Amino acid sequence: MSENLLKVQPIRNGTVIDHIKPGRGRKILEVLGLSGSGTTISLLMNVPSKKRDRKDIIKVEDRELSENETEKLALLSPNARVNIIRNYAVAEKKKIEIPKVISGTVHCPNDNCISNNERGSSTHFKLLEHESLRIQCIYCGRKIDEDNIEFI
Amino acid sequence: MKHVVSIEDLDNKRIMGILKRAKQLVPVAEGKKKSKALDGKILAACFFEPSTRTRLSFESAMQRLGGTCIGFADPSATSHLKGETLLDAIRMVAGYSDVIVLRHPHEGSAKLASEVSEVPVINGGDGAGQHPTQTLLDLFTIKEEIGKLEGLNVGMLGDLRYGRTVHSLSQALDRFKAKFYFISPKSLRMPTHVTDELQNDWSTHETLDEVLGKLDVLYVTRIQKERFPDIEDYKKVAGAYRINAEILQKAKSKMRILHPLPRVDEISTDVDETKHAAYFRQAFNGVPVRMALLEQLMGKKK
Repeated sequence: MSENLLKVQPIRNGTVIDHIKPGRGRKILEVLGLSGSGTTISLLMNVPSKKRDRKDIIKVEDRELSENETEKLALLSPNARVNIIRNYAVAEKKKIEIPKVISGTVHCPNDNCISNNERGSSTHFKLLEHESLRIQCIYCGRKIDEDNIEFI
Repeated sequence: MKHVVSIEDLDNKRIMGILKRAKQLVPVAEGKKKSKALDGKILAACFFEPSTRTRLSFESAMQRLGGTCIGFADPSATSHLKGETLLDAIRMVAGYSDVIVLRHPHEGSAKLASEVSEVPVINGGDGAGQHPTQTLLDLFTIKEEIGKLEGLNVGMLGDLRYGRTVHSLSQALDRFKAKFYFISPKSLRMPTHVTDELQNDWSTHETLDEVLGKLDVLYVTRIQKERFPDIEDYKKVAGAYRINAEILQKAKSKMRILHPLPRVDEISTDVDETKHAAYFRQAFNGVPVRMALLEQLMGKKK
């Protein structure tokens, strides 16, 4: 892994999101709105990996991910790892997990669902399947899979 | 608190309990016997879209048990139009009543209401979603007409795509090991989100003729004009799925026809006189079934 990391400069403080599903890195930047945050960001795509064939890596300087961001990340790439870097060293390794109930991060695709029509309401989805991601709206029952998730 | 949002909230044991009690309550529903089981209790019927049959049968059920009803039949009479949220309306009504029956055009509204209501919420139909008391009365009708719920051959005919009654009923009958025959035009087939969940055998057909002789129950739904952009297409399809007394000669003599009503002309009136017609008794059954449920939610524990 250290070889791969050398391809871009190590960061002093911030977050390294490692083991991202290959090709998903760009989507993660977009969904988490990281590119607009003003900090320095590196995206590495299709990096050779020991665990899997390829992976994407994102390095974000001077910033740690919030819980809400980690939840979105888990939905986008359940096997990703989050490393918090302080003073060039890995200070914390976080294994991310998809919560059993996903609240306030995913939009229900059913326009007639009450969660899209009641002012001030939040969305809640039940996790049905972890591996090939499938979640279900607790209100209208609509099921969605990985490719159809729309984030709020 | 026990809300009744979806038929999935009720396990088979509880369903059978409600059906058994409903049967005992038939004389009360008919007005031949008096009950004061829910004396002093108030039912609030909150109908954010009109549904005369559901509302009247709930109100009849409540009053037959000695309770009273408040509510509205149409949201134009409420603060809904002033922009009041559903949750604010529910919090308010919960303070005025012992049980709320909610009818609403949006899917999931009963579930949302149940999160804030301090009294039980019964889903009286939420958009294209659930309508559990309709499913209960369908099950009750089948049990009373056929004598059992287990292992029946059930045909469903008409608009299976948009008809929510057939979705919930097939979910429920699947738990009682039914074998399903889904009969519809191609464009109105049972959706895969329903068939994917079925544990028992099912098959799709385009004509009733090929399966009629096998059926114990035939559940008919109305094919709506709005589903067809071309009126000629509608006429052709609707005509092909019309039932009359002559067609039914091929049916088992004990086969029963159910329909959630109102019907237009999918069942010819000459069927009404045959032994197969169960739909008017089915409509009446809404009262004892809703009585049994209301009693279970609010009555004294025995």
